[in-house]
Amino acid sequence: FPWFGLDIGGTLVKLVYFEPKDITAEEEEEEVESLKSIRKYLTSNVAYGSTGIRDVHLELKNLTLCGRKGNLHFIRFPTHDMPAFIQMGRDKNFSSLHTVFCATGGGAYKFEKDFLTIGDLQLCKLDELDCLVKGILYIDSVGFNGRSQCYYFENPADAEKCQKLPFDLKNPYPLLLVNIGSGVSILAVYSKDNYKRVTGTSLGGGTFFGLCCLLTGCTTFEEALEMASRGDSTKVDKLVRDIYGGDYERFGLPGWAVASSFGNMMSKEKREAVSKEDLARATLITITNNIGSIARMCALNENINQVVFVGNFLRINTIAMRLLAYALDYWSKGQLKALFSEHEGYFGAVGALLELLKIP
Amino acid sequence: MTCLIKGCNFVLKNIPHEAFAYQKDSDPEFRFQTNHPNIFPYLLVNIGSGVSIVKVETEDRFEWIGGSSIGGGTFWGLGALLTKTKKFDELLHLASKGQHRNVDMLVQDIYGGAHQTLGLGGSLIASSFGKSAMADREFSKEDMAKSLLHMISNDIGQLACLYARLHALDRVYFGGFFIRGHPVTMRTITYSINFFSKGEVQALFLRHEGYLGAIGAFLKGAEQDNPNQYSWGENYAGSSGLMSSSPELCPTQRARSGTFDLLEMDRLERPLVNLPLLLDPSSYVPDTVDLTDDAPARKYWLTCFEEALDGVVKRAVASQPGSADAAERAEKFRQKYWGKLQTLRHQPFAYGTLTVRSLLDTREHCLNEFNFPDPYSKVKQKENGVALKCFPRVIRCLDALGWEERQLALVKGLLAGNVFDWGAKAVSDVLESDPQFGFEEAKTKLQERPWLVDSYSKWLQRLKGPPHKCALIFADNSGVDVILGVFPFVRELLSRGTEVILACNSGPALNDVTYCESLIVAERIAAMDPVVHSALREERLLLTQTGSSSPCLDLSRLDKGLAVLVRERGADLVVIEGMGRAVHTNYHAALRCESLKLAVIKNSWLAERLGGRLFSVIFKYEVPAE
Repeated sequence: FPWFGLDIGGTLVKLVYFEPKDITAEEEEEEVESLKSIRKYLTSNVAYGSTGIRDVHLELKNLTLCGRKGNLHFIRFPTHDMPAFIQMGRDKNFSSLHTVFCATGGGAYKFEKDFLTIGDLQLCKLDELDCLVKGILYIDSVGFNGRSQCYYFENPADAEKCQKLPFDLKNPYPLLLVNIGSGVSILAVYSKDNYKRVTGTSLGGGTFFGLCCLLTGCTTFEEALEMASRGDSTKVDKLVRDIYGGDYERFGLPGWAVASSFGNMMSKEKREAVSKEDLARATLITITNNIGSIARMCALNENINQVVFVGNFLRINTIAMRLLAYALDYWSKGQLKALFSEHEGYFGAVGALLELLKIP
Repeated sequence: MTCLIKGCNFVLKNIPHEAFAYQKDSDPEFRFQTNHPNIFPYLLVNIGSGVSIVKVETEDRFEWIGGSSIGGGTFWGLGALLTKTKKFDELLHLASKGQHRNVDMLVQDIYGGAHQTLGLGGSLIASSFGKSAMADREFSKEDMAKSLLHMISNDIGQLACLYARLHALDRVYFGGFFIRGHPVTMRTITYSINFFSKGEVQALFLRHEGYLGAIGAFLKGAEQDNPNQYSWGENYAGSSGLMSSSPELCPTQRARSGTFDLLEMDRLERPLVNLPLLLDPSSYVPDTVDLTDDAPARKYWLTCFEEALDGVVKRAVASQPGSADAAERAEKFRQKYWGKLQTLRHQPFAYGTLTVRSLLDTREHCLNEFNFPDPYSKVKQKENGVALKCFPRVIRCLDALGWEERQLALVKGLLAGNVFDWGAKAVSDVLESDPQFGFEEAKTKLQERPWLVDSYSKWLQRLKGPPHKCALIFADNSGVDVILGVFPFVRELLSRGTEVILACNSGPALNDVTYCESLIVAERIAAMDPVVHSALREERLLLTQTGSSSPCLDLSRLDKGLAVLVRERGADLVVIEGMGRAVHTNYHAALRCESLKLAVIKNSWLAERLGGRLFSVIFKYEVPAE
């Protein structure tokens, strides 16, 4: 103890912490002060500093890990604040615990030196894709407090009728895993130990957030999504019907399909007529559709028909999830199924934790 | 969509250097593709406001297989929003000056240093615009534009690869107005295709990318006329070239909106096809030297053509003494051609691969444009007249020789005749200054054996064997060349029992003999000579046109009638004479039958390059390998 799994991404740091609930009286006696204070600090707060957040709704209760029973907590904060985290580690004397910090993600390499020199902490660096795959398979196997981890959308295009339904991933292989973080990685998973990175794209969550900030002046991801939910992207995008006056039947293109993202913005009048919300929405739609398109083509090329979308881009992002679900279904004529996962962005961190505990 | 594909098929088939690959750090950067006889199947990615991806299987069978909404419209729209720049070209200009890594999050920004655990290089873009969320600073317009360009080009490249892979295609052509020959865009797209396909798919661009739809629409409208039954050629006079110098060099040219890019195509009267005797049509390249590749050669020839311009203008004016505006038109020709030469100095790839042939053809197109279709017509007439008078004497001398002596004399006659080329400055200087310079003088001026390239002994040996079934001869100059050089040679072949197809230019070029002129010359000679007379009557001597109006020879674009004759008569010997047809082009051409390439080098720079001197002789007799 303490049992941490760390995933340091381009934009966010994801931390999973296992809080043991079965501590015996003896253990409590022997427990080092710093360990106790860590436990108390993490479990009695839902916010840390000005930017750290614990996703309480994701907490996995009564989990058995390595013979111990406890709760698994999910915490995140911006990578930007990594120095503050390391500083805190130093202040709270983490190094005296002589524990190994298992970390994955690019930041594990980038911040390794800082951890060592400032926090006197040794990082065990892990491959981010290994951790991702391990993490998602594990979490799916333990479920979500009795419910299903994995789900899909029925009637995604219909706001009234759209339903989030559980999906039993009993035949997980082969699986196309689309991890949408700052950037996107697409993996084909054939079995627990056999996967490959198929491709990736640089048009990811970071692009959505970055462009939104530039176009609308928003400052948080939540704000960007909130604006997008109120906007109308059809004012910004040029649709097939704007060019053809309807469907383009020869190639089966419906009039509502986007022909050119931001295509209306070539005109000065239209630029002046759109709102920030419209722009935010259009950015979201553009990035999401593109990811869906690439995912679909990969699924076709790899002969896989289950596609799981994870990553923090999808956090509280129902618009994107429903759009992915709809687009995948529509353009594949029902051949592909879009699946999602409750613990979206945390799988890397979970995988790191599993590695610490040497759980295969 | 139909128009787009029709247009694309059209330019790929009719314009030899339409498609090219772009390699930024190579020299030259542009690598033009010769058209395979078979262009199908291919993937066309048309980047307009949006992106359409079409798989083209045959002339009429094609399928829209996908697309993307992230295209030129996105670049322009987002670009306008982010940088407040209203014009597309200005955006590209900004992009060429930007540093995208200030705006994008690279793998190394996430991993620190260049660590490559994901198998990805540190400088790869992990997240486009990934740094712009930390909005504690302003980003420059240039950086944002560059980022945007990368984002969109990479995305398009990736999608193209995914589709190419799904349909097992290895060539992707890019069309549409987005690229506009812009180096940064082409570089990014090429890089993207290489990256995502691991080098298995090739990105190719089209010189006339923006015209595809319009050409297709035209073809559709002209369907009654069946435009595809004709062959077409790019008219260099009427076409502006590929404007692809980096904006730094010519920023004003990029900014202009008043002038238009132009494409002018000539519809040729008869369809053009491959010579059936080419060993491998798909790898045949007519030109011997690629001037886009060979900078010293390029500089030499551009200067050479610049210096010859005065003479050409004078000749043009002199050829139309009765015309009031000849001087004015000639002056316009001078400006136009001079302009083209300057364009080619700065943008050698403007019309595809630059070659001596293209320089010569451009000059011809420009002369035609200003109504000088045949500036040498009077000169040719005069020289034909003089040569015809000498013909009987020359024949008598030849007939008096022993067989072996005669063979050498005939060859020397061909070579000496070839000296009479007004296109070569060294010769025209002599002809201008010494009107008495004739056939005999030319023969004495010939290089002594061994010639620079000398396979005469092998040829002589061959002549001792059985006669050829049929010889195809591509004639060069009028006057002494065709009458005193070629015809005696033809006559000898006929006497041996070999049939002869004499192929001459369809249209005039310099003082080259044309098909129509050859008919007249043959008739006049037949009147003087029974061998030629009976051969003409019995159709053992056939006169035909090449389909070309150039001093050079492209064996992949020959008159269909000629090809038919070649097959019918079972031609088994090809004779190509003259610098234009045997040295500037076809020097390395591989044929399926015996061939003879002869020329006298009338340019001292070229002669030195080949290891000889002015008036060195090339006599190349080749037999195909078994």
